[in-house]
Amino acid sequence: MAGKTLFDKIWDHHVIVERDDGQNLLYVDRHLCHDGSFNGFRRLRRTGRAVRRPMQTWLTPDHYTPTHTPDVAEIEDPRAREIVEASSVNAREFGVHLFPWGDRRQGIAHVVGPEQGVTLPGLLMVCGDSHTSTHGALGCIAFGIGASEVTHVLATQSLWQQRPKTMRITVNGKLGFGVTAKDVILAVIRRIGAAGGTGYAIEYAGSAIRALSMEARMTLCNMTIEAGSRSGLVAPDETTFAYVKGRPFAPDGDKWERAVSFWRALATDADASFDQEVVLEGGEIVPMVTWGNSPEDTVGVDECIPDPSREANPDRRAAMHAALEYMALEAGMAMDEVSIDKVFIGACTNSRIEDLRAAAAVAAGRQAVVPTLVVPGSGLVKAQAEAEGLDRIFIDAGFEWRLPGCSMCIGMNGDTLRPGERSASTSNRNFRGRQGLGSRTHLVSPAMAAAAAVTGHFTDVRKLMGTA
Amino acid sequence: MDAFTSLDAVAVPIDIVNCDTDQIIPGRFLRHLPEDGGYDRYLFHDLRFDTDGSPRPEFILNQPAYRNSRIIVADLNWGCGSSRENAVYVLVANDIRCVIAPSFGDIHFSNCMKHGVLPVRLARETCDDLRGQLHTRPGATLAVDLPSQTVTDTEGNQYGFEIAPFDKHRMLNGLDDIGLTLEYDAEFEAFERRHAEVYDWL
Ligand code: SF4
Repeated sequence: MAGKTLFDKIWDHHVIVERDDGQNLLYVDRHLCHDGSFNGFRRLRRTGRAVRRPMQTWLTPDHYTPTHTPDVAEIEDPRAREIVEASSVNAREFGVHLFPWGDRRQGIAHVVGPEQGVTLPGLLMVCGDSHTSTHGALGCIAFGIGASEVTHVLATQSLWQQRPKTMRITVNGKLGFGVTAKDVILAVIRRIGAAGGTGYAIEYAGSAIRALSMEARMTLCNMTIEAGSRSGLVAPDETTFAYVKGRPFAPDGDKWERAVSFWRALATDADASFDQEVVLEGGEIVPMVTWGNSPEDTVGVDECIPDPSREANPDRRAAMHAALEYMALEAGMAMDEVSIDKVFIGACTNSRIEDLRAAAAVAAGRQAVVPTLVVPGSGLVKAQAEAEGLDRIFIDAGFEWRLPGCSMCIGMNGDTLRPGERSASTSNRNFRGRQGLGSRTHLVSPAMAAAAAVTGHFTDVRKLMGTA
Repeated sequence: MDAFTSLDAVAVPIDIVNCDTDQIIPGRFLRHLPEDGGYDRYLFHDLRFDTDGSPRPEFILNQPAYRNSRIIVADLNWGCGSSRENAVYVLVANDIRCVIAPSFGDIHFSNCMKHGVLPVRLARETCDDLRGQLHTRPGATLAVDLPSQTVTDTEGNQYGFEIAPFDKHRMLNGLDDIGLTLEYDAEFEAFERRHAEVYDWL
C-alpha cells in the first residue's frame, strides 16, 4: 500500500462519517473564536442551542479592539464597542475559554492559539477566519470557515468537508542573508498564483523550510490562503516539540512523551504521493515587495514594476493596468524608488517576538521618516518585547508602540490609512481598500518594513544590514 | 435556508480577476447585519459609490439594464480572501441567488451554499463568452437549473455543471446542516470515545 501524506494521516484520524459521495463529517479537536465570531453565538442563542464542547472552544477579541487605549469606554463606534464587549458576554454565557481584552494572554487569535498551546500537532482545528491556515505550522490541519460553519462547529463540534487534493511545495537549499519566511511565501504565491492552491492542502517541505523557526513557519502557513489554499502544513519536528513544550494547554508529564511519539509518526511517508509538486530554490529568493492588489503581484525589491504591455494574457494585462492605476504606479519604476506614507508592523502574519526583533534590529539607532505603527500580536508578545527593551528601540526611533490586536491590517478598530495613502505593511492582504477606503498597501517582511520606515521608500534591507 | 431549484433572471458580468471578498463588501461594514437595514448598498460599495456617496455611473451595477440582476457572471478566483460570510449576506440583500465563475475561493464557495446562493463553476472560456454576451445585450437573462445541472445562455446554448450530490440535495431542499448532522449523533458519540483513546495525550 502506498504511503500517506501528513495531511491525509491527520484527516483520517478525524473522520466521524464518510458518505458515499465523498463528504466527510470531521471531528474538530479545538475551535478558536474571535470578536468577529459574534454572529455564530448570536445564531446559537436564537435557536436555543448550546456549545457542544465548550472546553474545546477558546475566544479572544482581536479585530475590533483599539490599540491606543485599554479602556472599552473609549471605543468611539458604539457597534464596535458592543462587539468587543460581546466577546466576554458570549464566553461566559456559553462557558467557553476566554482571553478577555486587557488580559496579557489576549491578542490575535492566530498568535494566541500557538502561544497558549491551544494549537498542537496532529489536531484538527478551525476558526471563523481565513488565516487559520497559520496554525498548520505546528503540523495540524487548521482551516478557516464562514459564520454558518462556526455556528455548526459550536453546536456539533464537527464539520462537513470534502477531502482536498494535496500539493507539496519544496524549498531547497538555504535562504540568503536578510531573506525571511515572508519573502518565501510571497515568492511561492508569485509562482503558483493567487488561485494556485485552490482545492489543495499544501505541505511545505525541503531544507529551507526545515531550517525555519516555529514563528517563521507560522508566517509561511499564514499566507497559504493568499495562494487560494485553506490549509498549509509543516511536519512536526524537534523545532515544533521545543516550541510546544510547557505551554499552558499543551500536554505534560506522561502525556507529553506519548504525544511526541504520536507526532513523530505523522510525517509524510517516503512513498506517499501528492497531486501536485512545486519546487523552489531557497537561495534564489530575495526580499520581496508587492506592487498590485493581489498577493501574486510581487517582485523582488531589486526589480522594477512589471509592464502590462509585455503580458501576453489579455485578462491579466487588464488586471495589471487596473492595479497600477489604483496603486498610482508606473510600469518600469524601480521598486526601491517608490516612496511611502506610513508603515504598519503587525498582523497575524508578522507580529510575533521574532518579527519585532527583526524590525527592531533595523530600527536601532535610526529614525523613522514616516509615521510607523508597531502592534504586537498579543499581550504576551508585548510584555516579552518590553522585557527585551524592544519598545525603547522603537520609541527612540520614532515608531509608535501600541496595544495588541489586528489594527491596521484591516482597520476595523479605526487604525486606517487615509484615502490615497501608501503603506509598507507586514500584513497579508494588499487588496483595494483593505487598510481603509482608498488605501494602497505593499506587503513586506518586518525587516523590510522597518527599512522603509527609516528611509521613506522601499529599501533593500540587506543594504542596511551591512551586506548587500 | 432558502431552497434553490431554478432561476431565469437578468445576469450581470463582473470582469474582475481575483475579486476578493473585501471588494464584495468592505471590512468597515462587517459590524452591521442585514437586519439593521440598508444592507444592499454595501455590495461592491467602494467600486459602486464615490467617496461622497454618489453612484459611479460607469460601474456596471449602476446601469439601469443590470439593476435587477439576480445572477453574477464573474472571472477567475471569485470570492477569494477573507472568510466573511457577509459577502454572501450582501448578495442575498440584493436578491442575487447565483454566481457563475471559472473558480471560487473555497471558503466563499461553501458560504454561498449556506444561504441558498448557488455557486456554479463553468470553464473559463464559457464564462468569458457569457460575460461577452451580457455586455453586448445588457439586461439579457440566463437560466440556471439545479435539478438538471445546466445553465442556458442568451443564445440557447446549454452548459452542464458539476455539484457534489450532498450539496445539491441540501440546496434543493433548503436543509439546515445542523439538523442533518445531529442525525449522526450515535456515530459522533462512538467516534469521540475512540478518538479519546487514539489521542490519549490530549
Ligand atoms: S491580523 Fe489581519 S489577517 Fe490576521 S486575523 Fe486580524 S484582520 Fe485577519
